[in-house]
Formats: sequence, C-alpha cells, structure tokens
Amino acid sequence: MDLSLGSEYDSFREEVRRFVEENKDQQPGGGPGAADGIAWQKKLIDNGYAARTIPTQYGGFGAEPDIIKSRIISEEFGRIQMNTGLGGQGISMLTPVLLEMGTEEQKQQFVSKTIHGELVWCQGYSEPGAGSDLASLTTRAELDGDEWVINGQKIWTSTAHLADWIFCLVRTEPDAPKHQGISFLLFKMDTPGIEIRPLVDMTMNANFNEVFFTDVRVPKDQIVGKRGEGWQVANAILGHERGSLAPPDAAQARLNGVIDLMRGETINGEKLMDNPLFRERLMKIQGRVLAMRFNDMRLLSSRINKNQDTKLAGMIVKLQGTELRHELEGLAIDIMGEIGLSFGRNPYLRGGGSWQYQYMYFLGLIIGGGTNQIQKNIISERGLGMPREPKTEAK
Amino acid sequence: MEFGLSEEQTLLQDSVNRFLTDQVPLDTVRKVADGEVSDATVWQGLADLGIPGLLIDEAQGGVGLGCLDAAVISECLGYHVTPAPFLSTAVIAPSVLAAAGKQEELLGNIASGGHRVGIAFGEAIGARADASVSVDGGKINGKSIFVLDGNADDYLVADKQLRVHRVRADADGLERTDLPSVDRTRSTCQLVYNNVTADLVSDDPNIFIGALDVARVMQAADTLGASQSMLDQSVVYAKQREQFNRVIASFQAVKHMCAEMVADLEPCRSLIWYAGHALDEVPDERRLIACHTKAHLQEVGKQVSKTSTEVHGGMGFTDLVGLHYWFKRIGANRQLLGSPEMLRDEAARIQGFAA
Repeated sequence: MDLSLGSEYDSFREEVRRFVEENKDQQPGGGPGAADGIAWQKKLIDNGYAARTIPTQYGGFGAEPDIIKSRIISEEFGRIQMNTGLGGQGISMLTPVLLEMGTEEQKQQFVSKTIHGELVWCQGYSEPGAGSDLASLTTRAELDGDEWVINGQKIWTSTAHLADWIFCLVRTEPDAPKHQGISFLLFKMDTPGIEIRPLVDMTMNANFNEVFFTDVRVPKDQIVGKRGEGWQVANAILGHERGSLAPPDAAQARLNGVIDLMRGETINGEKLMDNPLFRERLMKIQGRVLAMRFNDMRLLSSRINKNQDTKLAGMIVKLQGTELRHELEGLAIDIMGEIGLSFGRNPYLRGGGSWQYQYMYFLGLIIGGGTNQIQKNIISERGLGMPREPKTEAK
Repeated sequence: MEFGLSEEQTLLQDSVNRFLTDQVPLDTVRKVADGEVSDATVWQGLADLGIPGLLIDEAQGGVGLGCLDAAVISECLGYHVTPAPFLSTAVIAPSVLAAAGKQEELLGNIASGGHRVGIAFGEAIGARADASVSVDGGKINGKSIFVLDGNADDYLVADKQLRVHRVRADADGLERTDLPSVDRTRSTCQLVYNNVTADLVSDDPNIFIGALDVARVMQAADTLGASQSMLDQSVVYAKQREQFNRVIASFQAVKHMCAEMVADLEPCRSLIWYAGHALDEVPDERRLIACHTKAHLQEVGKQVSKTSTEVHGGMGFTDLVGLHYWFKRIGANRQLLGSPEMLRDEAARIQGFAA
C-alpha cells in the first residue's frame, strides 16, 4: 500500500497549481457553444489540461498517457471547482472511438473541431422499441447509389437541439442476426428530413429529445468501421460511459453539503445535526461514500499497476454510485421537511434547488446508461460467470 | 502509487488460505463447534505459520508485521470460519501490551502459540445492567460477560475508566463459566471476580481505544472473508442446482441477488485495505475509519449472509450444508465490541456532530 503519488510529480503539481491560480478569474460562464467556453477550451488544450493525450496532428496536446498527471490535474482543478473545459458526448464518447476505429480522413475531419467545441455532437442510439435491448433497433438505412437513405426514430437524444452532427446506429442488413446488421453512421443534423422534438423529463427540463428521420440522405462514406460492424463500435463507446456516471468525489462533495445543511438548519429550534435519527442516516451514508472512494482509489491504482485485478470493482460503480447519490440527495430533502419540497422559484429554496433536482436526476441515471437491472445482469454474467437468460425467439 | 496488497501480502494470504483449506476444513470446524475437540490444534498450526505473533515485534519473538497484514489474515480466518482466538490473543492483547510497555514477557509466549489471552472489554464499551467491574487496591470485583475466549490463560479486563488490568485464569476467587453463543467457532465466557488480584497494565484510555480500533477493523475483515465465502458458495450452488429444467443461476431473480452481494462487498475490500493502512500510517483518521469500517461491514455482512442463505433455498437453512456457521460468525462480529448503531454514534461524536 503506497498512497503517495511520488515526489517526481511535485513539480508537475506546482505547474498545474500555478495555472489554476493565474487563470481562475478568467473562467467562462456561458453554455455549450458559447464563445468564451470555446476560448477557454483552447487555452486548456494548449496547456495540456484538456484533450491531453490526443495526438497533436488531430488538435490535441499530444502527451503520453500518465494517469497520475491526469489525477493531479483533476485534483488541482477540483480544489477550487475550476471549469475543466467542454464535455459532451462528442468529446467523451465519439472522439476515443474515432481515434481507435475511424479512417485517417475522419480523424482529420472531426477530431480537432470536436475537441475544440467547434462541432457539437449528439448520440442516436436508443429507440422507443430498443432500450435495454438496444440491438433490436429498427431505424433503417438503405443504400441508394452513393447515399444512405435513413428512416426511423431515436429517443433520449441529449443535446440534439444544440448538435451540429449525430453519431447514429442504424440497421443496414435487415436479414442478418440482430447484432450483425447494424452500422455506425455520422451525419449533419441540418440534413433535410430530420425533425427534433424536445422531451421534457421529471425535472421539467428538456435534457432529451425525440429525433425523427424521414428519407434522410447521407453520403455513403460517412460510416465508422465496416458495414454491419456498428454494434462493436457502439460497445467500445458505452465502455467509456459506464464508469463516469457517478464519480465518488462528487458524492463526497454533496455529502459535505448535507453536513452543512444539518449544521445550519433547525427544526423546532433544534439543529438538524442534534437529531439522532437524522445523524444516524448521515453516518450510514458517510460509511458508504468512504467505501466507494476507496474503491475508486483501487481502480485508479489498477490503471497504473497492471497486475491488479479490479474487474468486479469496476463493474459495480454505476450501480452503486447512482443508488448512493439518489439516497444521499433524498436524505437532504427528508431532513428539511416541507422546505425540502421547494422547487423552481420558491423563496425557501436551499442550495439553488439542487437537492430536488439531483434526487430526480439520479433516479434518471439509475435507469439511463444501462439500467441498474441490466448492470446486475452484466455483473452476474460477465463478473460471476452465471449463464444468460435462455433466449426467446424473435417475433 | 499502489492501492492494494503487496506481493508479500498476497503470498501470506495464499499460504494461510492453503493451510486452512487443507488442515481446517468444515468437518474440523464442526468438531470444535460441537465440543468434540478443542481449537488448540488449529491454533498451534497457525502458530507454526507465525499468526499469533503477527503484530508482535521480532525482538519479542513475533513476526513484526503491520495491521494491513493482520487484516489480510483476519479475512482468511473469516473465509474459512476458522475456530481460533485470533482477535483476542493475536490482535487485542499484543496491541495493549506493546503500547503499555508492561507485562511484555507475555508477548513471547503469545507469539509461540503457547499462551492465550482472553479479552473482557464489554463492560467498558457498553455495560449492560447484568454486569460491571470495579478495581480498587489491586483487587477486582464484579462480573464480565461475553468475554472473548473461554480457554485463555490470562484475561485483560477493562473497567469504566478504560484502564486495563491483567487477571490470571487460575487466580483465587475467579469463577469462569462458558457462555454459549450462536457462533460456536469462537468461545465466550463469563468471569465473576471475588476480590481477585488484578495487575494494572494500562491507565491510559488511548491505549484501550487504540487496541479497540485495531480489533474493530480485524472483525470487519473477518466479516469480509466470511461474506466473500458465502457469495462464492452461492454462485457455485446456483450453477449446480437445477429447477424447471434449468440451473437456477440462469434465473434473473437469483443472478440479481448474487450481483447485489458483489456490488455491496467489492467496495468493502478497499475500505478494509485502507483501514488496515490507516491504523499504522494515518493516526488522525484511525478511530473514525475503524468505526465506519466495522459499522459498514456489519451492515453488508448481515445482508450478504441473509441473501446467500436464500440463494441456497431450503438447503441453506439446514445444518447439512453448514452455511449457518458463516451466518452466525458474521452475526457475532456484529454484536461484539460495538454494534453498528453505537459505532455510527461514535463516528458522529468523533467528528463533533454530536455532544
């Protein structure tokens, strides 16, 4: 057990700390696509604090992968909650896949613009009839001369209304077994035949959309991987998503927020922290947060020390992390009593309404990104070697 | 940076697991539990591997390893529901004696496996109306209940002031009675003191608390091992047992129970490792982390032991399969030296959240 990051990293930490100190007053405030956000992103990339390991010929910083340096950047930025640059599915999910599976032309065309925020992407995977059983998707693309002609519908499409392009799973081989008939296409969101309808969720925000395709014509070469190999391409991306949905450091920060609430709020003149039942619930959750934080340290360590087996420790993060956050946010609501109901423009709002918002948002994450029931299937089948459910015949 | 076990720790773990698999199978556990044989042979076997002297300095005849090493061993012992006085003789007694710097001549005998020290701490942690001890002028009076190890040569007794005293098992005026508990893999007894000679070992509350921190992490590690074994047994059983012309491991209801056990247990392993590390290396955190580690592991252990029994169906409820030895071991770890609610209350106090 060695928890030091090593003194050879001290000077790197100093360097990051200096950058944070000198630039903390220049952080952008705008939403996706805002000009100051794009300028900030460029500054981060130029200094190696975003797109760090992406090769320079594709617009990245071009550093060798070094998990400890990445960790130091995340710690130093996290200390003052410094803006860590642009995110989104194009940067976090599509870019790694293009680098691994895209053609040279595709890398040249998309990677630099994407990581610099000049191209915003959305992801076209789920369909009304294809949720947990994603591979049963039916949006089809037929080749007509040099173009794919796409018809069908996607749902749960985040940022579709802001996106320039979409990376999309479509069925191109209707007669092949379902996992082998899918292709991974890239196309512009302003192509004729695309209609976007916002989908309001229980937080009353339109975080998602429904996207309809009617005879959408897309050049034949806008495909990643080969025809019929889209499922493998998509799975490579989903692997990037799963672990990142419920980071334990964020849970720790929210726990600190609950502690502040309990020290500040009163009920019948008594501090919430002085109520032994509330305190008991707080301590129970604190124990779970601790366990998840150390689990995360073990996962980090296994990326540095390749001999460590952390397969199961990694598989459980989405399941445990989302359930934990939902409960943690719920505790804050419970201890506030009726004040905990506040939402929207309400003078009694605490934490800007974040407790109710996050409570609902994490219920969404329990379902999204592969439902927690699907996570349990994955853990038992791939982790414990238990057999799959017997397959039923397709209708 | 390396968050995990060293090569030496993995080798130690392997050798202890091998010994326990070969020499202390469930049949042996049953014989000790039924009182057919004592646990002395098992303890001597463990002594040959250096286990009783794990935390004792080499200069005093021990192996001189640290708390993370001890946690690794404790996990092995829990995994095999090993009948042995590890917690009392190999963990708590050396922690107190070494820190106090008194009665250190006992340490060499403990390390050789030839001397067992029982622990009577219950009355200092959460005294029930049934028992209390008082020490005055080198004489002890009163009663300790659920004392760890009914076969010890010496006892360390803590009083309300968190002082620790040594009482010899053969001292005049001491009455020892076995107290059977659900967990028959480790014995507990009652000690009644009628003006019994007590040697003061420590009057520093921090020594008592320090030993308790170590003990609680070791109990948690024991529960981790026992829970892991129950999970492993569940998966093996579910892959063999057929119903409705399928192995029951192919039913989602069963798979999800197993996945939930994994999801609860996996982070516990990291928590135990960190706690073992903190006991030696992060003095500021050790008490809080010990409270949380034991409390959390006992909640997870309780859930796993219930779920695993359910996966085994009716057979899980029988003595035939013997799964109940693990169920009860986990149950005993939960009750002894502080229940989860008490530990969480203590955790809140340590952080200044409660008066």
